[in-house]
Amino acid sequence: MVAKDHNAILLHAIDEAAVRAGLSIGLPLANARAICPELTVYDADPAADLKTLNDIADWCDRFTPLVALDTLDGLFLDITGCAHLFGGERALLQIVTNALSRRGFAVSAAIAGTSIAARTLTRTASGQIIADGAEAEAVGPLPVSALGADATITTGLRRAGLKTIGDVASRAPHEISARFGADFTTLLGHALGRGDAPISPRKPLPDYIVEKRFPEPIATDTVIALTLSSLAKTLVAAMDKQGKGARQLEASFFRTDGAVRVILVETGRPVTRPEMIDRLFRERLDALNDPLDPGFGFDLIRLAAGRTEIVVQQQRDLDTTVHDNDEISALIDRIAARIGGKRVVVHLPLESHIPERAALALPAQHHLAAASAAAWPERVAGEPPLRPLRLFERPEPIKVPFASVPDGPPHQFTWRRALHAVVRVEGPERIAMEWWKQDGAALTRDYFRVEDAEGQRFWIFRDGLYESELRDEEGRPVPANWYVHGLFA
Amino acid sequence: MNGARTGTLASLRGSIARIEAPSEAAMPNRIALGHTSADAMLRGGLAPAALHEVFAAGHQGGAATGFIAGLAGRVSARKPLVWVRQDFSDRENGALSMRGLAELGLDPRLLVTVRAADVDSGLRTAADALACDALGAVVLEIWGHARQLDLVASRKLTLAAQASGVTALVLRIAATAIPSTAETRWIVRAAHSPPGNAACAWGAPRFEAELVRNRHGPVGRWIMEWKCDECQFSEPSAYPQPVAATPAHRPHQAQARTGHRLAS
Repeated sequence: MVAKDHNAILLHAIDEAAVRAGLSIGLPLANARAICPELTVYDADPAADLKTLNDIADWCDRFTPLVALDTLDGLFLDITGCAHLFGGERALLQIVTNALSRRGFAVSAAIAGTSIAARTLTRTASGQIIADGAEAEAVGPLPVSALGADATITTGLRRAGLKTIGDVASRAPHEISARFGADFTTLLGHALGRGDAPISPRKPLPDYIVEKRFPEPIATDTVIALTLSSLAKTLVAAMDKQGKGARQLEASFFRTDGAVRVILVETGRPVTRPEMIDRLFRERLDALNDPLDPGFGFDLIRLAAGRTEIVVQQQRDLDTTVHDNDEISALIDRIAARIGGKRVVVHLPLESHIPERAALALPAQHHLAAASAAAWPERVAGEPPLRPLRLFERPEPIKVPFASVPDGPPHQFTWRRALHAVVRVEGPERIAMEWWKQDGAALTRDYFRVEDAEGQRFWIFRDGLYESELRDEEGRPVPANWYVHGLFA
Repeated sequence: MNGARTGTLASLRGSIARIEAPSEAAMPNRIALGHTSADAMLRGGLAPAALHEVFAAGHQGGAATGFIAGLAGRVSARKPLVWVRQDFSDRENGALSMRGLAELGLDPRLLVTVRAADVDSGLRTAADALACDALGAVVLEIWGHARQLDLVASRKLTLAAQASGVTALVLRIAATAIPSTAETRWIVRAAHSPPGNAACAWGAPRFEAELVRNRHGPVGRWIMEWKCDECQFSEPSAYPQPVAATPAHRPHQAQARTGHRLAS
């Protein structure tokens, strides 16, 4: 693998045969060719590397929810409290290394009390397990390059004659910090088991997780559905003990070949019933564009409650509105699970006199309560409708041949290739744009409510005030553009 | 022989009466529209828990939307309303404006809009929503000819409506009617404002509503005005008599059946 660095093509990654031939990472390609003419060279692809690493991390999710990426080629797994599920630390290490080696990756793994100590160990040898407190002993004999510090620091240490980590640790910390910076001292401390840096997991830790492993992979829809509903029961039982309900649910399907599919469902109010979870996932799975592909089968299915909320228990039997509200939010959740949360909307009024900005459509799952308490402008009693029932998102241009007075309403107009003769007119209603928000580009609109010969009613407007706003560069008046903005009932 | 035939006839009549019984019993809870002659023709008003179709005449989406909004306002009775709309209908006819809805006397707070990507997903969502008895009505708005909206689909909607008691309203724009299980079918076009001074004649919304299908009675055609303040339909204020003669050629079947039952 080669990569371009400052106009020089350098070796980016090499395999074991290349190491035996005497090549090293960072060597210019020309030199490498001179050493070993039969070299096979590929371009490095960091994006694909990162994707592969992420895929491996997805696969590692089956061991612990806390998986973090480390630079470009490493993964941290926090296995605190997880190892016994896989038959102890040694067995777990064995499972991970074997599974990854089988897929053709070169793996180097280690377990230690701190993440940095474990990483330092993997740089030199694979398969070590260091008990808590024994880090300094284990890491001491390793070369300083294993620490993974900057190249300048590593070279600096080597020049100072400090070849192993033990050598560095034997110096007084203040000397090291004075020469190589405080960050390096901290790193060294972590490697020696003094203090630990927290890893930053790729995904936030869900509040509740339940999972089911299968000795024999499952592939049929019915078994998957049954598993999900039994997991839902367990999850709800766990949440119920603490009076919680789930707002976000995540089902992960781990395929035997390592691929992981995660399906997310969000709800408007906390879910506390297993059959509801069951139904939401059924809707979601039915509506997937690319259906769940079991391949050779799933060997692990996990259900996690990503976000939970405390459920307020309400009296249900007597108060029908509580029951009705529950029913409606359950319906909204079901529809949203199938067609997407953004497609189910409620409407909130906005403080704007511009017609197209007077209302805001927001996902119903999150804004149902706000929408049912919204204060809409009261209609004026006795007046006919002043605003159209259907409003075009962007006004549609119409052709107006002439107007009797320059700033008056038209006698006829052509909209969508049909000629409408104006019989009745009401207006104008002048609506100025929000000049304090934008520059002078937007023009004042004069709205007319017009009725054509068939009785259809339109809301049309002239964009710009005659003569004062509508002028070309030389100050001559130009004809106005007319638009239809809405349809009245 | 003759006695046996009479007996068979009597038992057949009895079973017909039993089949017809639910619809007869449902009469009292009909929802009056407010327009006297239309209500009389509908035997008290619009049947709840049933499917009703409104077709826009030509491309007159505005009037048909107003009419179906009026029907929804009448039947939903301050309960939430789910309006399922095809994406394409938004682009073609404009989105439903909340201010406009409020101007008609309906409450935007009670409206949940579902934007369906296509007819299939709209139908499915509407059937789902109809199963929820907390709703007042479900409006399904479909633009153009929809092959999917066949007898089977409308039967599904009707059954869902009957099971939950929620009224299903289907708005069709730029479409022609095909057989369905709808209780009523209307064709709606805009009606003129009453004659008068052109400058101040702009008034309440007016519809020329033609009832082309009525499962339990005759059909008719009326000019209806929507009273925004009272939230109901009414006779047009300036036309005391209907503009078009009512084509009352269809016999009143239900009436005839009642007669039979009395005789037997």
